Amino acid sequence: MSDMSYVRSEMLPERAPPASSVGIVGWARQNLFNGVGNSILTVLALILLWIVVSRLVPWFFSPTWNSASLNECREIVGTGHGHGGGGACWGVIRDRWQQLLFGFYPEAERWRTVLAFALLFVALIPVLFNMISRRMNWVLLLAVLGLAALYLGGALGIIVGLALIAAAGFVGFKALSTSKEDRAAEIEAGAKRLPNPLIFSAIFPFVAPWLLWGGSIWLPIGAALGFVVGYIAFRYLTPIVGSLAGLIIAVLATVIWWLVLTGGFASIMSSIIPIGLEPVESRNFGGFMLSITIGVVAIACSLPIGIVLALGRQSDLLIVKALCVGFIEFIRGVPLITLLFVASTLLNIFMPPGTNFDIILRVLIMVTLFAAAYMAEVIRGGLAALPTGQYEAADALGLDYWKAQRLIIMPQALKISIPGIVSTFIGVFKDTVLVSIIGLLDPLGLTNAIRADVAWNGLVWELYGFIAFMFFVFCFSMSRYSMYLERRLRTDHR
Amino acid sequence: MSSITLETHADRSKMEVSEEVAIEIRGMNKWYGAFHVLRDIDLTVYQGERIVIAGPSGSGKSTLIRCINRLEEHQEGQIIVDGTELTSDLKNVDKVRSEVGMVFQHFNLFPHLTILENCTLAPIWVRKTPRKEAEEIAMHFLEKVKIPEQAHKYPGMLSGGQQQRVAIARSLCMRPRIMLFDEPTSALDPEMIKEVLETMVELAEEGMTMLCVTHEMGFAKEVANRVIFMDAGQIVEQNEPNEFFNNPQNERTKLFLSQIL
Repeated sequence: MSDMSYVRSEMLPERAPPASSVGIVGWARQNLFNGVGNSILTVLALILLWIVVSRLVPWFFSPTWNSASLNECREIVGTGHGHGGGGACWGVIRDRWQQLLFGFYPEAERWRTVLAFALLFVALIPVLFNMISRRMNWVLLLAVLGLAALYLGGALGIIVGLALIAAAGFVGFKALSTSKEDRAAEIEAGAKRLPNPLIFSAIFPFVAPWLLWGGSIWLPIGAALGFVVGYIAFRYLTPIVGSLAGLIIAVLATVIWWLVLTGGFASIMSSIIPIGLEPVESRNFGGFMLSITIGVVAIACSLPIGIVLALGRQSDLLIVKALCVGFIEFIRGVPLITLLFVASTLLNIFMPPGTNFDIILRVLIMVTLFAAAYMAEVIRGGLAALPTGQYEAADALGLDYWKAQRLIIMPQALKISIPGIVSTFIGVFKDTVLVSIIGLLDPLGLTNAIRADVAWNGLVWELYGFIAFMFFVFCFSMSRYSMYLERRLRTDHR
Repeated sequence: MSSITLETHADRSKMEVSEEVAIEIRGMNKWYGAFHVLRDIDLTVYQGERIVIAGPSGSGKSTLIRCINRLEEHQEGQIIVDGTELTSDLKNVDKVRSEVGMVFQHFNLFPHLTILENCTLAPIWVRKTPRKEAEEIAMHFLEKVKIPEQAHKYPGMLSGGQQQRVAIARSLCMRPRIMLFDEPTSALDPEMIKEVLETMVELAEEGMTMLCVTHEMGFAKEVANRVIFMDAGQIVEQNEPNEFFNNPQNERTKLFLSQIL
């Protein structure tokens, strides 16, 4: 302890890390061969992986695509262990893939489901991403509609299709040939912008059911008019009766329009201008088309309902809170299958005799409510994670409850809840296979029908593998999207 | 507690107090459940006053200023801010809140919005200012707090002192007549306390009515025209700063000052 004083005379320069800790060698040492135990585990895992892959790959690449029955498959690959012998019997997928996708939807009308599916993406892109420009969104829409018209054919279809695709090409060329900055300058200078593509996203919920179920075009238009009626009522009554009463009257007006007047409106209009598609009954729906329909509707509707329920549960208003808590706890306390049985059988007892309440609509409502209850709890978790300071700051700036929720609280709470929300979405989408229990022909329900066919009797792996693969594609995309969204919304980096 | 010496000496000649009443509190009482936090508070604040509220923690000083924009509700007595009485009428509450700016200990910036958006949000949505104009006002105040170059960053990318200055600018964008400061420097490193205090001094020199809950006694001596000492939910002593620091009367005040100075 002679001399404690020390003064550094020069600062040390930065040095490169030792070679063994960087690059591939460094990575492998750190992650694969970090100690004896880990090295043994790595080697064992590699051996196991090899065993699985070496069996699976030959099974998977089996030349049975064109076989017409299981027996034919066996002739090609020989009998080995497993049902299909030494290789997979892919003939069943070639033979029945259309059924797995569309169920018993009439063959001549299947283009409608494909168009609805393509339009779903066009409608979703401006909602989900902000990476493609406004004009490219319209290019996509025009191109999809143009292709559909071309497919339908006929002189009119070809002319309209070519015109639409030409328009898409023109707008697309202009969009690609002007850079982002030039475009911004053009808009600054007063160039006309294309309408917001979200307009189409708002129209899509009315277009899609019309495409899927067909019937008169005036029914979806009537349904859309309900919102217009509600808006007009709200707009012009609020100054007179106050915002709460205005809102209640607007909702009532909309509901009355839907329940009482829409039917009359649609039948009158369609007798004047009959435009419509061949109606398709709900019992013909099936396959992935059914799963996607139920999944998309449940996902799209459960989020807003879940937000309202979560806010209601936090409300100071006793009755609102009690209703929300009661609803959430009841739904979460009951298995989905029970709700589906209620939808398929019990509801009919309460309906007046002769009412035709569409089975898919009933299932949609039940699955949506089920998902909404879970969603509410996930969002409540996000709300609970927000510091009270955020509420106080919003209050102190004079924002009212709804503005504070919309601008400050919900954007943050939803961002925090993204992983939970997407997990619920994925769960709901997979739960759609439960509808096979009440006799709807979702992909799993169809496997029974396919395996009952003499030609394919005894097949398991190929069918379920195909269905699993399809579900995986959808669920994995949702999972990746949630990660993309989390990255995009991350603003707390330093 | 060490207090930071301010480099810029506040120019008291600029800071005039008018006769006009800004805040009037009469016989106000507040309870948290059964706990009596604020007891018989009587306080009149005149336009242009700079009041520093000091006191041990738990004495109710934060609660008092949070009552002034009704982040906390009082149960008895009257609070009249700028001629509007605070009751359960939400319209009055929103009116008062848009006239009264508040700066918090933990800044409470909105982390999902850029600095500029933080500043323009309330003017656009509460005052209905057009976006362009709101952005101009925001840039004006961001220049005033000396961070215009950070306008397009997010709060998480700024230092504590910068965040607090943004929070002040955000409040100022609403053009408030009164500013409340709830321990604005307590969560900051010593180096950053100074930049925030300097911003507050400037504000005082422009004649802003200010109520500050703070432990910065240097700031109180330099800027305040009145110091209020609170303990156990009541106002124990109030005086102009010289008298308050050099000649405290109440035993509790003497003890407090001997501990912090």
